[in-house]
Amino acid sequence: MTTRLLGYRPRQRHLPMLATLVLLVGAYLYGASQYTAFGSGQVVFNLFINYSWLLVVAVGMTFVILTGGIDLSVGSVVALSTVLSAELLTKHGWPAPAVIVLVLVVGAVLGTGMGALIHYLGIQPFIATLVGLFFARGLCLTISTEAPSIDNGLFTTLAQTQIPLLGDTHVSVSVVIALAVVAVAAYVLHHTRFGRTVYAVGGSEQSAVLMGLPVARTKVSVYALSGFCSALGGLLLVFYKLSGDPLSAIGTELDAIAAVVIGGTVLSGGSGYVVGTVLGVLVLGMIQTLIDFDGTLSSWWTRIAIGGLLFVFIVLQRLIARRSV
Amino acid sequence: MTGHRLFWPVTALVALLLVDLVVKPSFFKVEFRDGHLYGSLIDILRLGAPLILVGIGMTLVVATRGIDLSVGSVVAISGALACLHLSGLGDQNSVSGTLVAVGLALGLCVALGAWNGFLVSVLGIQPIIATLILMVAGRGIAQLITDGQIITITSTSFRALGSGYLLLVPVSILIALAVFAASSLLVRKSALGLLIEAVGGNPEAGRLSGVRSGRLIWLVYVFGGLCAGVAGLMVAANTSGADANHAGLWIELDAILALTIGGTRLTGGRFSLGGTVVGALLIQTLTTTVYTLGIPDTATLLVKALVVLLVCLVQSPEFRAKVRPRRATEVSA
Repeated sequence: MTTRLLGYRPRQRHLPMLATLVLLVGAYLYGASQYTAFGSGQVVFNLFINYSWLLVVAVGMTFVILTGGIDLSVGSVVALSTVLSAELLTKHGWPAPAVIVLVLVVGAVLGTGMGALIHYLGIQPFIATLVGLFFARGLCLTISTEAPSIDNGLFTTLAQTQIPLLGDTHVSVSVVIALAVVAVAAYVLHHTRFGRTVYAVGGSEQSAVLMGLPVARTKVSVYALSGFCSALGGLLLVFYKLSGDPLSAIGTELDAIAAVVIGGTVLSGGSGYVVGTVLGVLVLGMIQTLIDFDGTLSSWWTRIAIGGLLFVFIVLQRLIARRSV
Repeated sequence: MTGHRLFWPVTALVALLLVDLVVKPSFFKVEFRDGHLYGSLIDILRLGAPLILVGIGMTLVVATRGIDLSVGSVVAISGALACLHLSGLGDQNSVSGTLVAVGLALGLCVALGAWNGFLVSVLGIQPIIATLILMVAGRGIAQLITDGQIITITSTSFRALGSGYLLLVPVSILIALAVFAASSLLVRKSALGLLIEAVGGNPEAGRLSGVRSGRLIWLVYVFGGLCAGVAGLMVAANTSGADANHAGLWIELDAILALTIGGTRLTGGRFSLGGTVVGALLIQTLTTTVYTLGIPDTATLLVKALVVLLVCLVQSPEFRAKVRPRRATEVSA
């Protein structure tokens, strides 16, 4: 259908991603035709504002899935970051920069630990990161069972600063951070040795070993990277909500995995793009926005609608990607 | 003997039970009271029955390289539908009414399992995403059935599924045992198990040797849905009501943990139903132990993480290879 527009024929491996893009534009146009306010550019920017934290988490997840692994701990690490920030800022009076550094280090260390378990001790990724999920969530609840709000100067400034764009639209600082993460990730994946090794490990770990690639370092690194991204995503969530809730971000791992897969990355590894992940996150955000604009659904119909729309997106994406081969 | 694949899981289970015995000397006492057996060990079996059932279904799904994230939602839906039907009856204790409620719930669960199987085998969607759809939507469906309320029931014949006794033994244990025995016989005494392992072990080789993977994949998801449905009935019977939000929450993760502890690999192929049962009992015993030791609720997850990690480590050949030959210092991170 769209694939031969103006004589342009996309490469086979770009198809799933393009299918997602087509669907996303279609959903936006549908929304704009139904609700007048939907057509404004700010709706698109709000997608980025509301989901910048998930975007960062999903970027980390993309690296892990590209190597053929999976990281279930991301939601708990996000929650742990929010709880640590709130606890250290409000109860212990730490300076904001120190808190930010510590949170990022904790995320990366947890990720490294899981990566080491997976590579050196042969624990399956699903199980090692499930242990990470329990562990980080357990830490959250041990540290605090409340959700204190944060009124630190730097954090509130970062949370409330609006960067004006064309017209009367604006984005938040978090969006800039998230897009920077995406840009860096895309650069690393396609223009560095590390990035090529990530694809090679996902394609065939055995071949990668035989080629003399640093498989051990790469595998541990992607989990460290995912832990770091989750911690950063947690900080962005703190900027968004200005509180630290031990029960926040439950189920985020599934959102992130869904975003990566909708974006065209294959769970068995070796094939996919960061840009696809961005589209995947936007699809999830678009589903939520459509439901919010409708505004008449009870909480259970909302869940059913999310499941239904997820189904429609996934099936259409598969059909488009398959049909135009 | 340490070479047997169930040696370490069973050792861990026994170790946990011994911890309980030390903390609470009466832990192993099984009494004969009011005409049936009674005691902590019986409770572990009784409360662990739903997880055993879900685990058995999940094991076969995982053996085909799949995964079923929707079982928790199916547990909630099954209980919700059964309780909705029962609550509408004039006489909740009537056996025929209870049977209809059970039949309705299980029928719906089979349909939901078939839906998952359709997505995976016909549409070719990756299992984790295919079942994620029902996981998300399923909780909504369960809430829709209960209208967002918690439906409580009084039917004694239905409650027997969770807390009733037959020949001294709790009914739920007997059901779990029957499902385990039937499925073990079916997969080991017929070619079914071999075919399932062929689909999961090497799909391409399986296809070339003429295994019709589509039907088998469909079958395991339907069976998984059915097992989750029975588990949902037990949970509802145990709590005398349907809680659409909390019934079966996290049971998919516990089931996956159980089968991993039991030696089934998530990459498909070989599976062990007996191992899953041991794994499920280990997880249930862990929950009970946490209560026995009086560990605060908030630390439960930490304890669980550490115990699971320990069990997985002792089972890992890489870990044992590193620890055994006097290089224990190298095990880091």
